[in-house]
Amino acid sequence: MKPAPFAYVRAETLDDVFRVLDERGDGARVLAGGQSLVATLNMRLSAPEVLVDIGRVAGLAGIEDAGDTLRIGAMTRHVEVETSELAAAHTPLLASAMPHVAHPAIRNRGTFGGSIAFADPAAELPACAVALGARMTIAGRGGSRTVDADSFFRGLYETAVGPGEVLTAVEVPKIAAGWRSGFMELARRHGDYAIIGLAAHVQVDGGRFGGGRLVFFGAGDRPVSATRSAALLEGEAWSDALAARIADELKEELDPFEDLNADAAMRRHLAGVLVGRTLAPLAAG
Amino acid sequence: MTDLVADRWILDRPNSYIGRSVPRPNAPRLAEGRGTFVDDVELGRRTGHAAFVRSPHAHARIRSIDTEAARAAPGVIAVVTGRELAEIHDPWVGVLTHLEGLKSAPQYALPLDTATWQGEAVAAVVAESRAKAEDAAELVAIDWEVRPAVTDPATALDPDTTVIHESLGDNLAWRRNANFGDVEAAYAEADHVIEETFVFARHTGVCVEPRAILADFNPAEEQLTVWHNTQCPHMIQNILATHYRLDEHRVRVIARDVGGSFGIKVHTYADEIATAGLSILLKRPVKFVADRMESFVSDIHARDHRVRGTIAVRNDGAILAFEIDALTGIGPYSMYPRTSGIEANQIVNLMGGPYVFDHYRAQATVVFQNKNMMCQYRAVGHPIKCAVTEGLVDSAARATGLDPAELRRRNLRADDSYPCRSAQGLPFENLSHQESLAKLLEAMDYEALKAERDALRERGVHRGIGLASFIEVTNPSAMFYGVGGARISAQDGATMRLDARGNVFVATGATEQGQGMEAVISQVAATAVGVPPERLRIVTGDTDHTPYGGGTWASRAAGIGGEAVAQAGRALRQQILRAAAAMLQEEAANLDLRGGVVVDAATGAERIGLDEIGRICYYRPDTLPDGFQAELVATRHYVPRKYPFAFTNGAQASYLEVDVETGFITLIDHWCVEDCGTVINPLLVDEQIRGGIVQGLGGALFEECVYDRDGQMLNANMADYLVPMAAELPDMKCGHVESPTAESDLGAKGAGEAGTCGAPAAVMNALNDALAPLGAKPLTDMPFTPRKVLRALGRI
Ligand SMILES: Cc1cc2nc3c(=O)[nH]c(=O)nc-3n(C[C@H](O)[C@H](O)[C@H](O)COP(=O)(O)OP(=O)(O)OC[C@H]3O[C@@H](n4cnc5c(N)ncnc54)[C@H](O)[C@@H]3O)c2cc1C
Repeated sequence: MKPAPFAYVRAETLDDVFRVLDERGDGARVLAGGQSLVATLNMRLSAPEVLVDIGRVAGLAGIEDAGDTLRIGAMTRHVEVETSELAAAHTPLLASAMPHVAHPAIRNRGTFGGSIAFADPAAELPACAVALGARMTIAGRGGSRTVDADSFFRGLYETAVGPGEVLTAVEVPKIAAGWRSGFMELARRHGDYAIIGLAAHVQVDGGRFGGGRLVFFGAGDRPVSATRSAALLEGEAWSDALAARIADELKEELDPFEDLNADAAMRRHLAGVLVGRTLAPLAAG
Repeated sequence: MTDLVADRWILDRPNSYIGRSVPRPNAPRLAEGRGTFVDDVELGRRTGHAAFVRSPHAHARIRSIDTEAARAAPGVIAVVTGRELAEIHDPWVGVLTHLEGLKSAPQYALPLDTATWQGEAVAAVVAESRAKAEDAAELVAIDWEVRPAVTDPATALDPDTTVIHESLGDNLAWRRNANFGDVEAAYAEADHVIEETFVFARHTGVCVEPRAILADFNPAEEQLTVWHNTQCPHMIQNILATHYRLDEHRVRVIARDVGGSFGIKVHTYADEIATAGLSILLKRPVKFVADRMESFVSDIHARDHRVRGTIAVRNDGAILAFEIDALTGIGPYSMYPRTSGIEANQIVNLMGGPYVFDHYRAQATVVFQNKNMMCQYRAVGHPIKCAVTEGLVDSAARATGLDPAELRRRNLRADDSYPCRSAQGLPFENLSHQESLAKLLEAMDYEALKAERDALRERGVHRGIGLASFIEVTNPSAMFYGVGGARISAQDGATMRLDARGNVFVATGATEQGQGMEAVISQVAATAVGVPPERLRIVTGDTDHTPYGGGTWASRAAGIGGEAVAQAGRALRQQILRAAAAMLQEEAANLDLRGGVVVDAATGAERIGLDEIGRICYYRPDTLPDGFQAELVATRHYVPRKYPFAFTNGAQASYLEVDVETGFITLIDHWCVEDCGTVINPLLVDEQIRGGIVQGLGGALFEECVYDRDGQMLNANMADYLVPMAAELPDMKCGHVESPTAESDLGAKGAGEAGTCGAPAAVMNALNDALAPLGAKPLTDMPFTPRKVLRALGRI
């Protein structure tokens, strides 16, 4: 389990990064926390020629209050989000998801941006980003652009980050009055990628649901926003009947994959269970 | 069977350390990172690092191997194929004569022409670093002719199934039939004859330190030195010598620190034998450290059994008979030298062990298949026979309406019925099933727990309680392997020596695997000689410097290695006292050695210190009386002779909750009361029990080597192969009953495997106790995953 030989460049500026990415094209790979990338190198699942370490690039780390949003720099370590008072106050969904991302040792090194850019279909943070309507800032030689979470995740480990580009930050809208977030996942062992999980962000008014999003992870090739199922919530109070209707709709709406832990039918079933368990307290609270 | 009377002198010694939770002397060293594991040993720049090209196919003929590109790669020292290595070694065959009929094919360090499992090493690359060796290994081009893979044991013997080794004629490795009493008559008499099929997945032992070997052949001396994280240095010495045609004293095996073994490191791994061969061939040191990925496809797997079990029981709860039909697939070869027949053999031998019954019939079928090899892993066969037995006992409880605890009480062997024999004829010296169960039920407050479970059921919380009684094989005599022709030592030796400052060196054939053996040895040695443990230096794991011994396996190190130390320690004390007597012009019988000082035996008054004895004996022997020669080294060997094994026993209980919507199981509590005879170190025994339970829980809920039909292992990494982790584990409470064996003065039986033996059964019974009111059929197919639970409940 030794990686194939590779070169290593420590970038000091984004320009350094772009230069290496331009020069080496497909052969270059951005290194953030390394918690996913290094494992794939060691298993020889990938063999890039050069790694560009973005850990020292100024301005990429940290959580900033940007008015209506929190701006989370790509190099912000998981542990910083987990322990952030800003995140706890303004993005309770992220705060409740963080303890489920891997283990403390991995959260010390793994980064928020790395998780989003890696886009593992079973990862928590991409689903949270979609549920909250986050916007991703992508920088390239020609400047920066912003992409909605909905169009950022394009497929299995595939994102809107193009060749020669880097994800620099994620803008996460602060929770608005009248909205509630709920998070739950089912993993065989604590810290494992989930069999399936749910990031829910919904409007609740006087015991009735308004709009909102039910975003599943571990349910498809990317975060899956179950819009038809979420639409059933609108104007409804929580009830077992509503839970059953949503569970039924999810069976139609979700098209999950099969792996060693669960087949599609089990994932659909569990999706319904998660909705019940996540939304009931939101309606009540 | 003999009535034995033991002399328990060691338990009566003043300043005894027996029964005390003495901390491990090696803990600070390991905690500070100063351990010496194989990979820590550096032999300089000439060292070559081996990486193996492993077969991507479960079964394929090697048409040709093109090594040219690999040889030309940077830093490569050599690329070696099976044919080249075969020039210098002889193959081995993993059979034992007492497993009559067991057959296997010759196995080479690297196969000559056919790979028989995915992950089998088929060519070796030696380079300046492991990374370079891996780079070059990717360049070795093998022209494969893929053959059909035999993967399902159920069809392995079908006429149209490919025969893996044509020379053997078929895929049957071994079949054993056993018949005691009259099972048919028992069925006729019984009120209930209940049959269940139990499935045990393949799983493996996951060691913190992977398998590793550093071999250094010195042609000038014809001397092969290997640093090897083996459990059995002398066994490996014999194997390397035998198969590389060397004299045994030309092979030295050093096993310093070993990062966990669990039975994984007690076998002859072809890639390790190949590494020694590479060193001989290349005349330079060669190191091989298995990485985690290759460990999954090359460390032995275990269990993989399908067992149809039957119990015959009367309405009054009396168990009349057990019957089993067991099928297992062991991979393409029987592992050498312990063979892959032992797991099945143990199941046949030990079924129903805790209970009194007269009628028993068993068939065990062991077949070859194209998967990684299976062999002995912690509690060999035990979790299987225990789960089948205890699962059937619970079925009997359901059928008779008797409480599971009551049914056990009625059938467990009485504590005053020893010595006696099991239904299979195995002798039991002294067990404590009834007392252990009583203690267990008390520890868990069984009645209160049942009331809690029932109250919660009313509220839709589904909890279950599961019990499991068990017997466990420990302290094996030569009946285990030696009689079958294997050169595996059942005996163990200890050499103890006084140094010039009055400290004591203890060299033992038992080995340290991280289980705390050094602590146990130091307690016994300190007690037997009469010195504080700080004055001891323990030497283990070196065939040049330790007495011949079996090492660590089958829960034998404390019971057998410890007894040898006790005897050697007593002999050394007597020698020291003779020297002191000569100095003091006193009768040795009037002296004793306590706390490192020779004292007057009657009054305890100090007479002379050990440092002074050392000084005089070594530097001023001229002052000793004429004709007196001080002898300050003592060696003793020990092996159990009267009983083939020192059986231990115990009972476990599990309390768990099933989430009926998700299928997830939460382990709430776990109890184990066991009887390992004399408890030398309560802390270490509890650690062994808990660690063992964890590996049992792994088998019950998490661990499985998943293979597809083509023989590809699908989860050979630490993300997908689920080892149990602390967050998922319950609190484990241990209790003890002590029935010392009278075979030894120390009276210690083994404690290393009891936890693993009983835990899966307890969990299975608890799970089915939780599921029963929901109308689910009992789940008997381990591991019990959420998917299986949901299916049993009809939710998916
Ligand atoms: C044992 C273990 C368990 C884990 N469990 C979980 C879990 O339960 N949930 C979970 O979500 N994650 C889990 N992870 C993954 C962990 O969260 C990773 O840290 C994360 O997925 C990637 O972040 P990183 O900073 O380590 O990225 P790296 O490993 O450095 O990079 C990952 C990939 O993203 C690319 N990349 C990284 N940053 C950028 C950027 N700014 N712009 C463009 N591309 C970039 C890299 O080029 C690479 O391809 C686990 C990891 C381990 C080792």
